[in-house]
Amino acid sequence: MKPKRMADALAVAVLGGWASIAAAIGDMPGGPKVNQLNLTAPVTRIAEEQHWIHWFVMWICVAIFVAVFGVMFYAVWKHRKSRGHAPASFHESTAVEIAWTVVPFLIIVGMAIPATRMVVEQKDTANADLTVKATGYQWKWGYDYLKGDGEGISFLSMLSTPRDQIEDRNYPDAKARREQNPTYLMEVDNPLVVPVNRKVRVVITANDVIHAWYMPALGVKQDAIPGFVRDTWFKAEKTGVFRGQCAELCGKDHAFMPIVVDVRTEADYLKWVEEKKKEMLARTDDPTREWQLADLNARGEKVYAANCVACHQANGKGVTGSFPALDGSKVVLGKSQAQLDVVLHGRPGTAMAPFRQLSDVELAAVVTYTRNAWGNKASDNVVQPSEVTAARR
Amino acid sequence: MSAVLDHPGDHAHGHAHDHPSGWRRWLYATNHKDIGTMYLWFSFAMLLVGGVNALLLRTELFQPGLQILRPEFFNQLTTMHGLIMVFGAVMPAFVGFANWQVPLMIGASDMAFARLNNFSFWLLPVAASLLIVSYFVPGGATAAGWTLYAPLSVQMGPGMDLAILALHLMGASSIMGSINIITTILNMRAPGMPLMKMPMFCWTWLITAYLLLAVMPVLAGAVTMVLTDRHFGTSFFNAAGGGDPVMYQHIFWFFGHPEVYIMILPAFGIISEVIPTFARKPLFGYSSMVYATASIAILSMIVWAHHMFTTGMPVTGQLFFMYATMLIAVPTGVKIFNWVATMWRGSMTFETPMLFAVGFIFVFAIGGFTGLIMAVAPLDIQIHDTYYIVAHFHYVLVAGSLFALFSGTYYWIPKWTGHMYDERLGKWHFWASMITFNITFFPMHFLGLAGMPRRYADYPMQFADFNAVVTIGAFGFGLSQLIFLWMVIRCIKGGAKASDRVWENAHGLEWTVPSPAPFHTFETPPVVK
Repeated sequence: MKPKRMADALAVAVLGGWASIAAAIGDMPGGPKVNQLNLTAPVTRIAEEQHWIHWFVMWICVAIFVAVFGVMFYAVWKHRKSRGHAPASFHESTAVEIAWTVVPFLIIVGMAIPATRMVVEQKDTANADLTVKATGYQWKWGYDYLKGDGEGISFLSMLSTPRDQIEDRNYPDAKARREQNPTYLMEVDNPLVVPVNRKVRVVITANDVIHAWYMPALGVKQDAIPGFVRDTWFKAEKTGVFRGQCAELCGKDHAFMPIVVDVRTEADYLKWVEEKKKEMLARTDDPTREWQLADLNARGEKVYAANCVACHQANGKGVTGSFPALDGSKVVLGKSQAQLDVVLHGRPGTAMAPFRQLSDVELAAVVTYTRNAWGNKASDNVVQPSEVTAARR
Repeated sequence: MSAVLDHPGDHAHGHAHDHPSGWRRWLYATNHKDIGTMYLWFSFAMLLVGGVNALLLRTELFQPGLQILRPEFFNQLTTMHGLIMVFGAVMPAFVGFANWQVPLMIGASDMAFARLNNFSFWLLPVAASLLIVSYFVPGGATAAGWTLYAPLSVQMGPGMDLAILALHLMGASSIMGSINIITTILNMRAPGMPLMKMPMFCWTWLITAYLLLAVMPVLAGAVTMVLTDRHFGTSFFNAAGGGDPVMYQHIFWFFGHPEVYIMILPAFGIISEVIPTFARKPLFGYSSMVYATASIAILSMIVWAHHMFTTGMPVTGQLFFMYATMLIAVPTGVKIFNWVATMWRGSMTFETPMLFAVGFIFVFAIGGFTGLIMAVAPLDIQIHDTYYIVAHFHYVLVAGSLFALFSGTYYWIPKWTGHMYDERLGKWHFWASMITFNITFFPMHFLGLAGMPRRYADYPMQFADFNAVVTIGAFGFGLSQLIFLWMVIRCIKGGAKASDRVWENAHGLEWTVPSPAPFHTFETPPVVK
């Protein structure tokens, strides 16, 4: 029987006929398999080597384990008082003690040799074909293409699983919905797109707290540290969509900021670069133009849903004790200058991060939206992008 | 000094004077046995509190989706589970054992500093109250993980400040306890007992106490820097002010790695007492056990950054910490081989202390091997911060420290209470714990290898079955500990009268005093031949 089938059988046996949720939905394309027992199927040489060294080290451990506990359980079985075994009285043997110090040491040296070679290889980020910056935000990822084809492309990537699949307390049919979704929690709106068989260097940093960029299939995990840049690399040998998640505790929505990498052929990648650049050009907003309230509100609602809703909630009421309400907030109803200051610089020492990375139009729109939404009727109710431009200085 | 001066007075007044009763006996306690008892009850209470935290979060993880907890509260539970278990349950439990057993085993009349002993215990309930109260302040308890990584811990609400204060108190308590244990062991051994003839439990505690002295102040420094970053405008961990968030991790793990040995070395000591008794054969390789313990302690100070392989260290850093970490397998292996050799050709019986000791070696070895696997830095890149590490440290901390604590409790409780415990309950407790422990933690290896990150309030559907199994196991394991509680209560209330020696082949000074051990023992030091 294959290990996976055995695991299924075991799960069913333990749960006594309880229907397996995982089996019903099937493997995740590019993500974990149902009851997966080992590391994720590799698509880079680094990941393949990790598989190899895992088996290598594990079999050595299993062999030692069987030998040591073979001896122990033999003694437990044979050398017991109830079988009339009389105790021996030996209590030391220099030769044996030296042997079982030296032999394990040699085994460890044997493990360290291939591991050393792999460390050197993993850390070698030189001569990359494409350099991408990944920035961790609470709770999404931002990607900037820094060097190579696609230079200048920049976008945010966030969880696309709707909340009505996640929150059973607010959506009674959430369970039924997520059981139709094989990529539950490991899907995003804008995946990172890269070409196959090219060395991609990922420069990683963070905006607020520490995150970690973790892609099992690529054999990569690198912490994203605010204020510092670190780098890692991968060279995907297969096209396809591969999935990972944030691996460093980063607050409330730690479990809800997945990573998706879409590996395409060179031609498809270049086509995507073309399209993305056109799309970005079309989306460029003119921050000097005067905007109407209705337009700002409509745009602001979207920005709010993407950036603010996780803490301040859709109804603007926040979460008592954790995240302040915006509905009726003194800051939101007060002078726009003060509110812009909070949005641009965050509130140090709280979960309120700076949002400087948003454009002037986006910031103007979201501030305007909060000043008019819910029960709010701020006197100073329209904030123009030009005011944001000024406030940034 | 005054303790010495008081002493003749006690005798003049008889024993009524130093036998306070009612609440005064406990609040003003200076007797090592009373203080040991308080430590043990306190740590068991904390074990239950930490266990309830764990069961709540396992309930949320029973199925995918968010059913009962909000993610921010989930994070509070994982954080507090870790803090309470490490600082509230495991560490004080070992200090409780030290209090009861070290004076009895070295033939001392009490701990060296009786009032310091009282103070170091009574700091703990205060610290625990701060932690528990922190659930009810605005924003709730700290949710930054038990490691309290900056800058996430800088973002937290006032619950974080209470946790910092609690850690300071618990750290002070540990430092005072260590000073007491070191002084007692170095100065108060019975005539004729050189260090190299001292019971192994005292050796492991002596080394542990030095580790505590070395690293608890480092933890205090780390959390103090978080406190000043939070409130007083410093930027130790804030890059914008010239600080470095990764520096927090270096400081924390400089404490944190020795800390895991602080929680396991006394466990090694207990196992080294139990196995020779029930194998009816002296401990194999006594001096190599001492040297192995000391080597582990020294190595533990130079391996901390293996917790940080994914922070982006230079190649040389990764290699150094990988080699140093793998090296720890050697002295740890020596210990396991020595225990097996002690059992070899013995005449074994399997009362509950021995069951837990053999169980300890078996499951602790699994945790040791997964530790070696994770020491391989290029592989750790895959499994760092996944459920694999959760499985690993529960194998060494639950199956390691906790099982050793159970083993020690069954071993010495007849001496403490004067009654034999109920062997049937003990066996039930062992088998229920052993089986449910493995149901809970073994599947986590698979989840980790498959890439499920730790500290996740919700997870992809493909991980659902193993998570369901884990939750069922966790409830089984939690409930199994009620058998232990019931056993202890019954043993205190009554049971077969325990003899002085209790176990057929028990050696050591603690077995020469009556059972239960009288309030004062070894008022004149025994002479060891």
